[in-house]
Parts: sequence; structure tokens; C-alpha cells
Amino acid sequence: MGQSLKRGFVSALALSSALIAGQAWAKDDIIVAMQLEPPHLDPTSAAAQAIDSVVYSNVFEGLTRFMGDGSIVPGLAESWEISDDGTVYTFKLNDGVTFHDGSAMDAEDVKFSLDRARAEDSANAQKALFAGITDVSVVDPLTVQVTLGEPNGNFLFNMAWGDAVIVAPESIDSIKTNPVGTGAYTFAEWVQGDKIVLERNPDYWGEQPALAKATFKFISDPTAAFAAMMAEDVDVFDNFPAPENLPQFEADPRFQVLVGSTEGETILSTNNKQAPFDDLRVRQAVAHAIDRQAIVDGAMFGYGTPIGTHFAPHHPAYVDLTSKSGHDPEQAKALLAEAGYADGFETTLHLPPPSYARRGGEIIAAQLAEVGIKAEIINVEWAQWLESVFKGKDFGLTIVSHTEPMDIGIYARPDYYFQYDNPKFQALMETLNTTTDPDERTKLLGQAQTMIAQDYVNGYLFQLAKTGVAKAGVQGLWVNAPTAAFELSEVSWVE
Amino acid sequence: MSRNLILGACLSSLVVLAALISFAWTPYDHAALNIPDKLQTPGVQHWFGTDHFGRDMFSMIMVGARTSIAVALVAVGIGMALGVPLGLTAAARKGSWLDELIMRGNDLVFAFPSLVIAILITAVFGAGAINAIIAIGIFNIPVFARITRGAALSLWEREFILAARVAGKGAARISTEHILPNVANLLIVQGTIQFSLGILAEAGLSYVGLGAQPPTPSWGRMLADAQTMVSFAPHLALIPGFAIILTVLGLNLMGDGLRDWLDPRIRVARA
Repeated sequence: MGQSLKRGFVSALALSSALIAGQAWAKDDIIVAMQLEPPHLDPTSAAAQAIDSVVYSNVFEGLTRFMGDGSIVPGLAESWEISDDGTVYTFKLNDGVTFHDGSAMDAEDVKFSLDRARAEDSANAQKALFAGITDVSVVDPLTVQVTLGEPNGNFLFNMAWGDAVIVAPESIDSIKTNPVGTGAYTFAEWVQGDKIVLERNPDYWGEQPALAKATFKFISDPTAAFAAMMAEDVDVFDNFPAPENLPQFEADPRFQVLVGSTEGETILSTNNKQAPFDDLRVRQAVAHAIDRQAIVDGAMFGYGTPIGTHFAPHHPAYVDLTSKSGHDPEQAKALLAEAGYADGFETTLHLPPPSYARRGGEIIAAQLAEVGIKAEIINVEWAQWLESVFKGKDFGLTIVSHTEPMDIGIYARPDYYFQYDNPKFQALMETLNTTTDPDERTKLLGQAQTMIAQDYVNGYLFQLAKTGVAKAGVQGLWVNAPTAAFELSEVSWVE
Repeated sequence: MSRNLILGACLSSLVVLAALISFAWTPYDHAALNIPDKLQTPGVQHWFGTDHFGRDMFSMIMVGARTSIAVALVAVGIGMALGVPLGLTAAARKGSWLDELIMRGNDLVFAFPSLVIAILITAVFGAGAINAIIAIGIFNIPVFARITRGAALSLWEREFILAARVAGKGAARISTEHILPNVANLLIVQGTIQFSLGILAEAGLSYVGLGAQPPTPSWGRMLADAQTMVSFAPHLALIPGFAIILTVLGLNLMGDGLRDWLDPRIRVARA
């Protein structure tokens, strides 16, 4: 009796000390899974969203930055002043910021980064962000002055993009494989085809994040993604690729599902220069042949918001134009007949790998067949898609999600792959870019949305949902994706 | 007739029958999407349930049988049409440079893993049923060429061929009039086996997205589509899976049975 009591006491002691030890060893690393691996790690020289998903705000920071709710807050710039005419921005930089290589980040680096991005031979994928800048000058080591040709209401927003981060001049040569930034995490390791490891930066100028280490794993296959999550091999799946599996995660107490919005307008891109799509009536017929809700339900298992124009529904300036292109096969047939295609026509439908495209494409092909349009499905890999559709413009129809924030401006580029060339729209965008008054901007954005919806430039399908899956103990994750990013600084494990 | 042969013939003809009937009738339109009706389990309304787009699985399996059979049949046809004449020629010119050329060419094709090359062909010339047929067909050529040559060689030594030669018949006539009818048995058996391999190859190519393209149903693609849904809608994978298994099993049993039945030596031994 006495013996067993004693034993009980001892084991209780052991247990409590184990608990204390457990607390001291609270988990401070995380494994984040993503579908696409970045081609390299320089966000300032490629359009690939996968790069930003890893390095944005973790490794590289800009003058301003996105928050999870889409708002813009100060980043490396502590504050700024805007001249009365709206053309001169004076940024006051944070003191004591260093790059991961130990060198100080000052106004010279800002000037270098912005000049590099806007240079004639710049490889920046979003040069339009910097197009308005006429001069960048260093006032003192912590003050930099940016002069614009004309006022730009979007300038602070533009500076928050991953393409506008501040880089160290001495690191440029190896930036693609060894990124050196100012962020709370330093680049540690990249095992190609498998993972990228980031480690906490002990010299970070801001608040130290909770996690000491983050591993980004790349799992492209939806089946493998499901298996990895279920086996708890990964802690978070940034954007889970198979929406059909989400109810299972929701029903499982081990996991949490975070459904939010992205900036991804998923559209049936139409080659506006290729016959018969150069005829407005044909494009309108296509728009009326499509049943968006069926696509959201069938391809995305209900995740996604139908859109009627190229604009994110959660944006305050969004105008709901879905009724302009409601599902109406009879009207579609009438329009086709009017355009001289009473018997329909044949075209191609190029589908990149994501399930929104592959599954959505099967549904759209069936819907188009109902009005007599025979769309031949051609499944392509991303490399082929970029080559033949995006660069070669050799396509009739394709499905793709445009994930850049506020990207309605692409409709003002006549050489963009869907080749919409409307001088009125181009003029409207120019007016918008020089307007700073918020109400006026909202009005102009509304006009722009309406114009492309009335021209039926593309078939507007739905806003891609962000469907994150995480272990129940992870907190501080972004629910929405205002830009491609996996912001680590707020993430931690529940104690 | 053996039990194998009967069972195999029954299974195979069931599939062929389903494919033939699908030309005239299927319970539903196999391509009609009905999304509110999606992922129904097998029942009275939809015998095999519905897939993730609400398409009737039974109709898709029937039309999918058509795809499988068409691809395998034409592929075997290509193999026979080219392989058999090559084999006959090689046997007739035994030991000549022509024989060497043909047989070493066959070895070359044989040396490559067939499915890998099929993937290469469809990747280069584009995915689709036609290219899948050609890819599978090419690999059937050496199979038939070897079988034909082997069997023909031993026939060329026989007295009745000698008699025909003495009678003044040329090699071409002997090959078609005397050799071919005598190797036909073997070719039928091998054809059945190759047919089942063709069905497997088509399913494999479709599974990786290189076979018949949507909306043409294909068993392999049905399997691939079902992948992420196995955990909550297992019938989506089980049904096309069983369709492939039973068809291949049926054809193999039939091939085995036919060999036993047609082979004169075994027939004699049994009698």
C-alpha cells in the first residue's frame, strides 16, 4: 500500500515535470505546404506568384505593405508626406534596419531598388507600378523623395506589391538563389523540388516573430496534398487544391478550414482578335451560354463568388454586373444567329492544370455545346500555356485566374494576351491613374467595370476562394489573400 | 471447351455488348451535366450512381467501353496488319539481310518500355485517342512479327511446303496460301492477349491525361477524376476500376482458353 502510494507520487512528479518541460519546448516551427514551387526567389524579376508566397514580407519588405484585410500600412517607411499637388512623396525610413548580410538599409538602397525596377532594361514583371516615377532622390540616409510625373492615387498601394520590395545592391547577382532582404526571416535552405527553409532573423528591426523556423513544402498533386494533410506531415496548406476534400477537414477536429477571398478573378479568357470572337455578339453569346453557379458548384464544390466583371467582389468599388451576362441559352443562340453563326462554330479551349480550369473547362464545354459552339478541350501544362496562349496568343478560349490585386488595368493593354483594344477604356484608365479623390476613383472604377462587362471582353466566371487548411493549433493565419503571401510574423501555435 | 474459355468469352462479350448497345441506347446522355444531382451513390435511378458533374456513371461506363474497345481493336489491327507481313517476309527470306533488318528493327522497338514511349508520342504529337491508338499500335508490331516468323520458320521445313515449292509456287504465294492459314490460330490467341494489354494501355494513358480527351468518356480518366474523391465517394473509382479488371480478366481467360482449344497438340493429348 505504502509502496504503491509512493510510486504514485513519484510518477505524478515525473508527469508534472514532463508537463513543465513540454511547456518550455513549445513548438516554434511550422511546415507550410504550397502547390507551386517558385522558379527562383527574386520577387522583383518574375510574375510567378509562388515567389511572393514564400518571400513576401518574410524575407523582403517594401516601403509599405499589405495587411491580411487588404489595407496598406507602413513597412520600411515609418511615415510619409505627400506634397499638396500629390506628385512628391517624402518617405521617412525606419532607423536601424539592416539587411540579412549585416549592411544597413538606407535611402540609397531605396533609390537603387526603385531605379532598378523602373529602368529601361528592368526585368520587373509589373513595370507599370513604377511608370509614373520621374525621379527618386536621397535627402538624407533616412529620407527619400519620390517624384511622380502626375498625381497617382494608387502609389502607396503600388509600393506594397512584392514587385516593389527593397533589395540590397550587393546581393543582386545571387538574389535568385540567395535572397537577402530586411524581413523577420532569413533564407536558410532550398532543396529543389522539395522545400524552402526560412529561419528567424535575430537582428530584425521590428518585433520578433513567434516561430523560429518555417519550412515551405511543395506538393502539386491534389491527392498527395490530401494524404500529407491527413497524415499530419504538414501543419498548414496555404491554399488547398481540392475543394471537394474540405468538408472532411471541417468534420475532423484535428483541423481547421479557413475560407476567404483571393484577388483571383477566374475568367474565360477570350481571344478578342481571333474570329469569330472579334464580333461582340459572339462574345455576348458565349457569356449568356455560361451558367456560373453550375461552374462554382461543379468545379469548386460551392467555393467561389460569381462575378460579372473583372473586379474583386470584396472591394468597396465593386459593381455587381452578373445580371448583364445571366445564363440564357436561347438569347445566346439568337445572338449567334444574328452574327451569322446559326449553326455554331468550332474553337479551342486551352486548360492549364488547376482544377478550376480543368473541371470548369469540362462544364463550360458542355454549356457551350448546348448553344452550338463546339469547343475542343486541350489540356496544357503551365509552361505550354505561357508559351502558346499567354505569349503566342494562339488560342480561342482559355480559363485562368488573374490573381494580382486591382488588375483591371490589364484591359488597357492592347497587346495583352486576350487583346482587348478599346481607346475609350485606355483613356479611362489614364484618368483613373491621375485621380486621387476616393469618391471620384470609385466612380471611375465602376465605369471601367461596366465598360468591359458591356463589351463582353471575357467570360467572367467567379472570384477564386482561398481555402486554407491548418492543424487546429495554428493561429494568426491570413484568411484572405489580398496578395500572394504567407505572412509568418503573426503565426504561432496555441499554447 | 474449357471453363476458362466460357467464362472469359462471357465477360468479354458482356463488355462488347455494352459498347454496341451504347451506340443505340444509354440510360442517360453520357455527356449531360446535371450538377445538382452530383455524387449520387448507386441506386435505382442511377444504377452506378453519378460522378462529380452529375453524369450517369452507367452511361459513361458503357460509352467508355466503346473508347477502350475501339482503341485496343485498332491498335491490335495496326500490329497485325504490319507485323504479320513483316514476320512472313522475314521467315520466307530466312537468314538474308532483309530478315536481319526486320528482326533487328523489331528488337529496337521492343527494347523501349512501351508505355513510356507511348507517353512520349502523345506528348509530342498531342494527347488524344488517335495518337494513343498509334502509340499502342506501334508496340504491337514486333509482337506479331516475332510470333509469325517463329511459327512460319518451322512450317517452312515441313513437307507440304516443300511440295508447294516443287510445284513452282513463289515465296509470296506460299506465305499467304499455306503459311498464313496455319499460323492463324496463334495469331488469334496472341491478338486476344494484346487486346487486353491495349485496353490496359489506353486506361493508363487516359489516367495520365494523354488518352481520349473530354468529353469522350474513358475508364482511365474516370479513375483519375475520382482520385481526390475516393474517401467520400468510393464508387467513382471502384466502378471504372472493376470495369477495367473484369474486361482484362475476361480477355486473358479467353486467350488462355482459346490457346488450349485451338492448339492441336493439347487437343490430341486431351483426347
